[in-house]
Amino acid sequence: MLNFLYELKEGLMIALMAIRANKVRSILTTLGIVIGVASVVLMSTAIKGIDNAFQEGISSLGSDVLYIDRWEWFSNTEWWKIRKRPNITYEEFEKFKSMVKLPLAVAPTLWTSQTIKKGENALEDILVTGTTSEYIRTTNMSFSAGRFFSDIEGKASRYVCVLGSEIANSLFSRENAIEKVIKIGGFDFKVVGILEKQGSYMLGGMNPDNQIYLPMGTVQKHFVTTFARSITINVRAAGTGLVSETKEESIGAMRKVRGLSHSEENNFSVNQQEGLTQNYDSTVGIIQIAGLFITGLSLFVGAIGIMNIMFVSVKERTKEIGIRKAIGAKRRTILMQFLMESSIICLLGGLIGLILAVILSMVVNQYLPTSVQFDAVVIAIVVSLITGVLAGLAPAYKAAKLDPVFALRYE
Amino acid sequence: MNIINIENISKVYQVGTEEIHAIRDISVKIDKNEYVAIMGPSGSGKSTLMNMIGCLDTPTSGIYELNGNNVSQMSDNDLARVRNKEIGFVFQTFNLLPRSNALHNVELPLIYAGIPTAERRQKAREALEKVGLGDRIFHKPNELSGGQRQRVAVARALVSSPSIILADEPTGNLDSKTGEEIMLLFNEIYENGNTIILVTHEEYIAEHAARILRIKDGLVEADEEVKNRYIPNTKK
Repeated sequence: MLNFLYELKEGLMIALMAIRANKVRSILTTLGIVIGVASVVLMSTAIKGIDNAFQEGISSLGSDVLYIDRWEWFSNTEWWKIRKRPNITYEEFEKFKSMVKLPLAVAPTLWTSQTIKKGENALEDILVTGTTSEYIRTTNMSFSAGRFFSDIEGKASRYVCVLGSEIANSLFSRENAIEKVIKIGGFDFKVVGILEKQGSYMLGGMNPDNQIYLPMGTVQKHFVTTFARSITINVRAAGTGLVSETKEESIGAMRKVRGLSHSEENNFSVNQQEGLTQNYDSTVGIIQIAGLFITGLSLFVGAIGIMNIMFVSVKERTKEIGIRKAIGAKRRTILMQFLMESSIICLLGGLIGLILAVILSMVVNQYLPTSVQFDAVVIAIVVSLITGVLAGLAPAYKAAKLDPVFALRYE
Repeated sequence: MNIINIENISKVYQVGTEEIHAIRDISVKIDKNEYVAIMGPSGSGKSTLMNMIGCLDTPTSGIYELNGNNVSQMSDNDLARVRNKEIGFVFQTFNLLPRSNALHNVELPLIYAGIPTAERRQKAREALEKVGLGDRIFHKPNELSGGQRQRVAVARALVSSPSIILADEPTGNLDSKTGEEIMLLFNEIYENGNTIILVTHEEYIAEHAARILRIKDGLVEADEEVKNRYIPNTKK
């Protein structure tokens, strides 16, 4: 056993000496591994980062919220059937609301796209949502200033609005927006609340940070009616455990509201965040596999480079191998010596690649979310070690099998 | 008991379709503390014989007993162990590791034998002192003269207290004066009780030994005692 340890140490020393003796060559060889490991790690951190951002984003949708709509988020139903469905009206919403007992909160939403103006500042194509005061209770959003509009303001269709954090920042970078007046679609509205940043830029334009909330009545009066567009009914269950039951109840209530007979299908959809997640998961899953495969390929190329150089190294040191064997080195000793050399080169490359990936991910973080995983670190190290051993195996074996007589005579 | 007992060994190489009989039939017995020179022209089989004796290769047929152990059909790993413990090589071209210093070169057999670091260093140091290089143990081979390099090689050969010292043309790459110094060293080693086997084509070097084995065409041509051994003068 002790024997083995000494040989290990000798192998280590030889490996380091060999690397030092051929600095340029070692660097060039390592480069392949550096790039390979860096790209593998970078890819996995990017994917994880996007994943995190997405999770964060949809969490603002709430896993305990149902969205009753004319449209389906993920269509399993024929498109022409959906087209035939009627829009949900405010009256239907009111009837629905009076029938359901389980939900924590029920609110309608009706969206329109408008231009927002403050002084010279204009923001176009902003999502404006008309809803009731209860809306805020269907979400987990909190305020950085002010409040949502009240029940009275809502019912009276007052000209009040609540801004998402990005809108507030764009229009009121230096001042307090509360109580100020902005123009929405040409009409004056007073700001009563600003939402805290939700950070869900994955949803793009649908991002709550980029939205404005107005009383439903005001929206219907000036911007859009349910003739043109359907209301979405947001239903919040009293807990994630009650989602199924709440869904059951809601479907039942809606069917009654629509006056559907037993044999008729639903002419509405009940959408959930869960569907979004599933859809996303499968998409990302594919991207992940493809990405890993491609970056794994580059690592493979690096490994081939290592194997190539190791063959050269073995050939170069044929005489030395002969001497060692004559002195009493066993085959496995020689094998280990060269395996160590390739492993160390790879490990070094892996560590450098890892550091490079971390630095790069900090740069990329400006544009895309990234998150450096601890297990990516472990994987990088393990993968580079394994690569080193595998890449060095063939050359090391060749070295171990050299005939000492032949090797000693080699010039 | 003989240290070396070789009975009817042969070595046949397959080169393409031809068979080369490097050694046809050689039998030889060598005792402890003998000083034997093996002589022969090119192609006589003396190098092959040396490889056999040094356990670098195994005979095609016949028996080779080293210190009572039959090494003729041993596995590679076992042969390596035998080489490590029983044989001390000295080569014509020194064959030191160029990137290691003298101490490390001499330690090498002990590393492969699994000797602990402190003991190993001690032994290596002693061996180097015995050959007169106690003040150059950290020199690398390229910082040593030819004669000094060969001394390091001799120290390496001695360090594991082997059964036999096997020297292949040890003075071949040295000038006559340095060569003589090395032969003096060998004489000291011989007088200290070691067994030395020397392979050479120079009559003059062979006559430093006590016995000459002449090989020709893969057979022993003569096995004679040296009447007037040449013993080198002690240096000043």
